[in-house]
This record gives sequence, C-alpha cells and structure tokens, in this order.
Amino acid sequence: MDNFLSVRDLRVHFPTPDGVVKATDGLSYDLARGKTLGIVGESGSGKSVSSSAILGLHRGTNAQVSGEILLDGTNLLTITDEEMRQRRGKEVAMIFQDPLSAMHPYYTVGNQIAEAYRVHHDVNKKAARTRVVEMLELVGIPQPDRRVDDYPHQFSGGMRQRAMIAMALINDPSLVIADEPTTALDVTVQAQILDLLQKLQREFNTGIIIITHDLGVVAEMADDVLVMYAGKAVEYGPTKELLTHPEMPYTWGLLSSVPDLTADVDEKLVPIPGTPPSLLSPPKGCAFHPRCRYKDQVAGDLCVTQQPDLTPGSRGPGHLKRCHLTDPTVPNEEEVARS
Amino acid sequence: MWAYIVRRLFIGVALLLALTLVTFVLFFASPVDPARYACGKNCSEQQRDQARAALGYDKPVYEQWGLFMKGVVAGRDFPADEELRAAAPEVVTHCAAPCLGYSHLNSSTVNDLVKEAAPVSISLALVALVMWLVGGVLFGILAAVFKGSFIDRGIVGLTLVAYAFPTFFIAVFFLKYFAVKWELWPYPTYVSLADGGLASWLGNLIVPAFTLALVFMAGYVRMTRAFMLESMTEDYIRTAKAKGLKQRKVLFKHGLRAALTPLVTMTGLDFATLLGGAIITESVFAYPGLGLLTVQASDAWDLPTVIGVVVLAGSFVILMNIIVDISYAFIDPRVRLG
Repeated sequence: MDNFLSVRDLRVHFPTPDGVVKATDGLSYDLARGKTLGIVGESGSGKSVSSSAILGLHRGTNAQVSGEILLDGTNLLTITDEEMRQRRGKEVAMIFQDPLSAMHPYYTVGNQIAEAYRVHHDVNKKAARTRVVEMLELVGIPQPDRRVDDYPHQFSGGMRQRAMIAMALINDPSLVIADEPTTALDVTVQAQILDLLQKLQREFNTGIIIITHDLGVVAEMADDVLVMYAGKAVEYGPTKELLTHPEMPYTWGLLSSVPDLTADVDEKLVPIPGTPPSLLSPPKGCAFHPRCRYKDQVAGDLCVTQQPDLTPGSRGPGHLKRCHLTDPTVPNEEEVARS
Repeated sequence: MWAYIVRRLFIGVALLLALTLVTFVLFFASPVDPARYACGKNCSEQQRDQARAALGYDKPVYEQWGLFMKGVVAGRDFPADEELRAAAPEVVTHCAAPCLGYSHLNSSTVNDLVKEAAPVSISLALVALVMWLVGGVLFGILAAVFKGSFIDRGIVGLTLVAYAFPTFFIAVFFLKYFAVKWELWPYPTYVSLADGGLASWLGNLIVPAFTLALVFMAGYVRMTRAFMLESMTEDYIRTAKAKGLKQRKVLFKHGLRAALTPLVTMTGLDFATLLGGAIITESVFAYPGLGLLTVQASDAWDLPTVIGVVVLAGSFVILMNIIVDISYAFIDPRVRLG
C-alpha cells in the first residue's frame, strides 16, 4: 500500500497564561490513496486540532506545531505559507461540521463554490459556474442550474452539506478531511451524505479522514480507526478488528456507550464515568486511569505512575494499543458495571 | 415590500404627530411667559397681552397645536389673531403648506428660516460623514488586522484621546491654532455651494466637519475593529482559509462584508441626527445651520422656530430609520420585508 499521507509524531501545543495546552501530543498515522481513516474520540480529545494542522490552519496563530506531515513526500509543516495556501483546497480539502455557519451568509452557494475553484484554476466566471453546476449535480442537488444562485439559508441542512462536499471536491483533492460531517444532520440525511461521500471517494479515489464521535459512522465508512484520548492515540487498527476486538478500556467504553438496536429494551447503556481530562494538566501515568475500571487488574500502580507506550496489539499487523493490561479480552461491561 | 414601506411611513407620521404634541406641552409646561420675551424689556401689561394674542399664545395648548397642524396640512396666515389680521391687513403673512409656523423674533416664516439653515447643516453632516466613515472604517480594519501590535494600540489610544476631549474644546483648539495662530488654514466661514463653488464650499467646511467627525470617527474605529475581530472568528472564515484563498481575500471579501453590515444602521442614525443640526460645532464656528438656529430660538423662547426644527430633525431620524431598514433587504439576503 502506498501511504500518500504519513503523520509522524504530530504535536500541536497552545501556550496559554496558565501553561501549555497539549491538544495533540505525538500523533502518528498513515493513509493510503482512496482509503478512509476514522478518528474517534470525545470532544476535546484533539481530533479536529490535529486535522486542522494538515491544512495548516494553525499558521499565523500562537499554536506550536511540530512533527511531520508528509503528503506525497512533502512535509507540510516545513513548506512556506504560500506553498501551503496553494495546497489548501486543491490537494487537501475540508468538510466542516455545521454547513450553515461554515458558509458565508451573504454570498450565494454558487459564488462560494466557484471561488474555491477559481483560486486554483485560471478560468473565467462563466466556466467556473458551469463547473459548479456540474459539481452540484454530481452531489445530488436538484435543478442545480437554478439552485446555484441560492443563498445558503435557502438550502436545507442536507443540501448545504452536499454543497459543502461539492466545494471540497471541486478541485479533485487527493485528501478530504471531513470534520463530523453528519453531526448537524437528521439521521436519514446522515446516511445519504455518507453514501454520497463513499460514492465520490470511489469515483475520485480520494483519501478521506473522517472525524467523528459516532462509531456507527466509523463502522460504515472507515478502513482504519484511530481512537484518540487526551491528545494521544490510544488504539489504532483496521476498523473490523478494532470494533469487534478492542483491546483498550477506553475503546470498550466507547463501544458500550452506543445503543444496540437488537438489545433488550430494559438493557442499560454503560457510559464511561467521569469527564475528559484537562489538556492543560493531564493525569500522570495513563491519561485514562481516573476513569478506568480495570486499573486494579494491572500489577502495582503502573497505571497511575507510568504512561503506557503504543505497543502492538494482538489483532494482527497495524493494530496498536496504549494500555498496561496484559489480558486484552473484553470483559462483559455489563457485569463490571453491576459489580 | 411596498406594503411594508407604506406601513412604516404611516407609523412615522403618527410618531411625528406625537412629537409635535409633546413639544407643545413641554414648551408651555415651563413657568416662563413666552409673550414677555417676544414683547421685550419695557413692555406694559397691555402690550404684553397684545403680543400674546398676536402670537396666539393666549389660546389653549391643544388649540395651538391644532392650528399648527392645520398650517402643516393647509397653510396658514399670520398673525394668529383674526382681529389683528383684519385691523392691519398690510402685516399679514401667508405661509403655504406645509407651514411650520411664523417666527415673530425673526419676522420670517419658519420655513424660510429652515430653508436657509438646512443646507449649512446638511453640508456639514455630509462632509463629516465621509470623513468619519473613511477614517473610522480604515483605521478600524488596520487595528483589527494588526490586533495586539503597536499599530492597534496606537489607533485605539488615539480614539480614546478623541473621545476624551469635548467637541467645543477641539473646535476652539483648531480655530485658535490652525486658523489664527499658525494660519495653516483660512478662518472657516460658511460659503454655499452656489456662491463659492465646490472648492470654496469644501475648503471652508473641512475644519468644522473634521471637528464634528472626530468623535464619530473614534466610535467607528472601535466598532469596525470589534465587528471585524468578531467576524474573523466565524466558521465561514475558516472555510475561506481552507479553500486556499489569499489572506487579503479572506479579510476583505469574507471578513469585512459581515463586519460592515451592522455599521449601516449606526451610520444611518448618526447621519440623520446630524442633519438636524450640530449644535456645538455650529455654535463655535458660527455656522448658521439648524443647530445654531435651535440654540438662538430656545434662548429667546421662540416657540414656532423650536417646533419647526424639532419636526424637521424628527422627520430626518424617522425617514432614515425606514431607509436603513429597507436597505437591509438589499444588504442581507436573509432579510425579507413582509
């Protein structure tokens, strides 16, 4: 597999008067062309921050970004601002969570999409418009030659997200970062949008990073999953293996927080206790230990004193986990919760 | 849209009616006898009563208001007293609709007074508007773009200075140093566009208009800066950056467009207020505009002039409000007037 995107030891730190916020702290992953990586985690786990770094959106802020982001062999962290700008939208594009606020309310949808096209292509307005109408048709907007002149508020939520996807794909980028693309949408529309993304991915052979906290989306879309906690990867591997045989208590917790349609109605969801840690002063040892039900099963106070490394898990090559537990089988969460 | 405009105009007229009534009531609620002012110092009891009747001040307030409204709608003859008009037809002045009244003090209809004074105030307001908009928005953007730098701090500091000094001080300062002591600029006196041409009109307006614009400019710098900083944190700015747009385009096409919209309301209302006369600036520079007219009329308890200027200034504000609201339908695509 050719990994056209390689992220190595990515760190995004924000210095604040109270100390350094380590929003992303030593993140590494790979993505092959045409494949999808799902990044999962709670709010504030550093999912979005790490992905914004790929687009260079932290440039010009006080964020300190280090590590390596190799896209087709170019380190995106060392190129100039102008070189980065020329890649934005052309090689890497982004789809945002809330398409209503992500689109400018004072410009027509067509104007905003055409703008994305004309930055990277030297064409006149008319040619850009033709291309925009084409794209709108491709993403399934009815009567695209008319709707192209509508303002974002005249679109429904699902149509707005379709328009955002058209905007992201109009320059045929090799990588699309979708930051919770379905969070603001109805469930039925969510499925349509995901289908659309998959269809276009096959058509354009686009690599997709999908950021979400919805494991259903991951199961549907992703080839690989990266589970993030407190700015670090805690488990990483092929989706199928990871969702069926997770080996890290936080992943277990995420899975058992999802309602199961086939389960008994009386069955209770098992939420992860506590709240995500402060990134300003994360807990010593394993960042997850204050919320972990299994730290007693680890000898001594290893979980409290020592940060576990990302080590190979038992589910084949490419599976990594960050946990001190020696027995990686999933205990029955239900029983644990009851005891 | 038209239904909306008609409805707004109706409300505007009702507001103006209420405005005139309140002005009448307030005027007569004071213990001062306007007839005594009109009659002068050595004035007998009888002369004073005569003056009162001639000016119509002897009638009840609501009747005077009714007569005023009749004048606005159909025109009036002055003096107000019918017997007096019959006795001395040679002094009768006809004031055609919309008649704002007759100023005994100035021996002239209020319409003529206003016609003479309004161009002065409008000229002053217009030149000041251009100055404070250009300066305010320009420096506001600069401060926002270089937020936190010495440029930003310098600009914000200067706006504080402009805020802190009262207009009359700045006016006197400019007159004393720029016009008199250092002779950098000829002493400004109002020259109308018709009399002096564009150069003379504008040249004479620059110093007083700048005085007037300074405090507004300070406010607009602050507002533009704040709106700009706010709009630059919006999600659509991130989208614009993610598209690969140049920083200049992100700032001016996406950031500024949203930041300028709330300024339209402020600009409309501030401009409308100034059309009704810049009292302090006109007084210090002795520009015979509506502001100076108001000061002189209130000093002499010249009711008709006061009412006339109040109605005019009120109409400016009400009309500009309607214009601003309508303009939003064109500025913001989300607004539909219904």
